[in-house]
Amino acid sequence: MTVAVSILPSQQLAALNETYRKAVARKRLRIALGAAVFFAALLVASVGAEVNLRTFFTYLGNFASYFDRILKLDNGSRVWTDIGEWLWGWRKWSFYLGETILISYVGTVSGAVLAFGLNFLAAENTAPAPWLRIVVKRLMEICRTVPDIVFALIFVIAFGLGPMAGVLAIAIHTIGALGKQYSEMVENIDMKPVEGVRCTGAGWISCMRFAVWQQVAAGFASYTLLRFEINVRGASVMGFVGAGGIGQELLVAIRKFYYSDVSAILLMIILTVFVIDIGTGWIRGRLFGRGRHT
Amino acid sequence: MSRLPAPDTEGLQARHPGVFDRPLSARLATPLMLLGAVAIFAFGLVHLGFSPARMLAGMHQLGWITMMMIPPDPGSSLPLYLKALGETLSIALLGTTLAALFALPVSLLAARNIVPSNIFRFPVRRFLDSIRGVDTLIWALVWINVVGLGPFAGVLAIAMSDFGAFGKLFSEAIEGADQKQVEGIRASGGNALQEIRFGLMPQVLPVIAGQVLYFIESNTRSATIIGIVGAGGIGLQLAEQIRVLEWQKVSFLILMILVAVAAIDWISSKLRFAIIGRRAIV
Repeated sequence: MTVAVSILPSQQLAALNETYRKAVARKRLRIALGAAVFFAALLVASVGAEVNLRTFFTYLGNFASYFDRILKLDNGSRVWTDIGEWLWGWRKWSFYLGETILISYVGTVSGAVLAFGLNFLAAENTAPAPWLRIVVKRLMEICRTVPDIVFALIFVIAFGLGPMAGVLAIAIHTIGALGKQYSEMVENIDMKPVEGVRCTGAGWISCMRFAVWQQVAAGFASYTLLRFEINVRGASVMGFVGAGGIGQELLVAIRKFYYSDVSAILLMIILTVFVIDIGTGWIRGRLFGRGRHT
Repeated sequence: MSRLPAPDTEGLQARHPGVFDRPLSARLATPLMLLGAVAIFAFGLVHLGFSPARMLAGMHQLGWITMMMIPPDPGSSLPLYLKALGETLSIALLGTTLAALFALPVSLLAARNIVPSNIFRFPVRRFLDSIRGVDTLIWALVWINVVGLGPFAGVLAIAMSDFGAFGKLFSEAIEGADQKQVEGIRASGGNALQEIRFGLMPQVLPVIAGQVLYFIESNTRSATIIGIVGAGGIGLQLAEQIRVLEWQKVSFLILMILVAVAAIDWISSKLRFAIIGRRAIV
C-alpha cells in the first residue's frame, strides 16, 4: 500500500528545519553544560574525598576475600556446613536484637506521642498562633536534621552508657521526622468539618479531636509504622557509640576480626529487618486495606 | 415546631444486627491492642533501665552540657572543619553518583517489564533487599577493613547502601513507564537495546535524576555520621570533640552541619523542580 506523503515546499521546509535544529542545539548545549558542571564537581569531589583508584583496585580483591573470610569458620570449613558452630552465640545475639527492637519501639512510641502533641501547633491551618508555629517548626527541623547517632553520642555522655541514650536519641529524631509528616498531613485535610465543629462553639481541642483527628488517624498510623521500620535499622547501629542493642556486638566482631561472627550477626540483623518490614507491611495492609496507603 | 418522628429502633436492630450487636471480639480488639502496646512500652522502659532518678540526673547533665555549648566557637580549627565539611559533601556526591551508575543496569534486571521471568528477578530483588537491610555505618566498617581508614571508605559505604535503594527505586520507575513507546520502537524495527534506550530511558531518566538528587541531599546527612566509625568527613571531628568534651566546638560543628544540609536541600530542590517540573514531587 502506498501512502501519499505531502511534502512542504523546500523554502518553508528549510525554515522549519532551521528552527528545529536551533531548538535541539540549544537543548544539547544546556545538557552538555550541565554535564560539564557535574563532572567538574565530581572531579573536585574525588580530590576532596582522597579517591585513590590504585588503592581501590589493589584492595578490591580484599573486599571479595573479606566476604570469603566471613563465610568461613575458624577450622576453615564453610559456615553453612556447621550451623551450630556458626551461630554459636545466637542466644546472646537474639537477646541484643530483642533489645534493639525494644529500643526502636520505645523510641518510636514516645517520639510519636510527642510529635502528635506538637504537630497541630505546627500545621498552618490549625496553629493557634503564628509565632508558636514558627517556633515548633524550627524545633522539629533541628530534631530532624541532626542525625540520631549524634544525639546518641551526646546522650551517652549525659545519661551514661546503655540503651537509654539510644532510646532518647531515636525519640528525638522521631519527633522531628514524624512531626513534619504529621503536620503536612494535617495541612492537607478538608477544613469543612473543622468549621462545622467550630460553629457549634467548640474550643480548639474539641476541633482537633472531633474534626481533624478522624481525617488523619489512618495516615498517622501508617507513617508511624514506617518510622518504626526505619528506627529498627537505626537502632541496630546505636551500639557503635555505646547506646545499646546489637551494634556493640557487631562492632567488636568487626574490629577484632571474628570473621564468622560478623556474618552470623549480619545475617541475623538482615533477617530481623526483613521480618519487621513484612510484619509492619502486613499490619498496614490489615489496618487500611491494600493499596490505599503505601 | 414540628418534632422529628421517634426512631424505629427495633426495626433498625432487626435490619442491621451487625451494627447493634457487634461480637465481643470486635469490641475488645482496639482496647486490647492499645493495652498490649502500652504494656510492651512499660516493659521496655523497665528493661532498658529507665528510672526517674537516672532521667533527672541525665537531664541535669544535659542542661549543663547545653550551657557549655553557648556560644558556639570553632577555636583555631575553623580551616580544618571547613575541609572536613568539604570532604563530607564530596563523599555524598561521589557515593551517590557511583551508586546510581551501578544501580541502573541492575535495576533493569529487577524490572518486571524487562525481565518477565520470575526466576531471574527474584534473586536480584532479594540481593538488593539484603544490601539495603544493612545500615550505611556497617558498610563503612566493612569498607574500612578493605581500603583503610579515610573518606574513600565512606564513599564506598554510601555507594553500597544506596546501590540497594536505587536498584529498587529505579526498577519501580521503570515498571511504571508507559509500555506504548517501547512498542512503538519495536514496531519500527528496533532491537531490545534500542527499545530500552529510546523507548524507556527518555521516560525514566527525569524520574531517576530527581531521585538521585534527593539522595544526594539525604546522603549529606548520612555522610556527616560515617566519620564516627572513622570513614572521614565532619563526623570524625564531631565524634572526637564530643569525646574530649569540647562542647563549644561541638555546637559549632552541629551548626555547620545544619547550615550545609539546609543549603544542599535548597539547591537540590531547585534543581529537582528544574528537571522534573513542579507537579511531580518525588
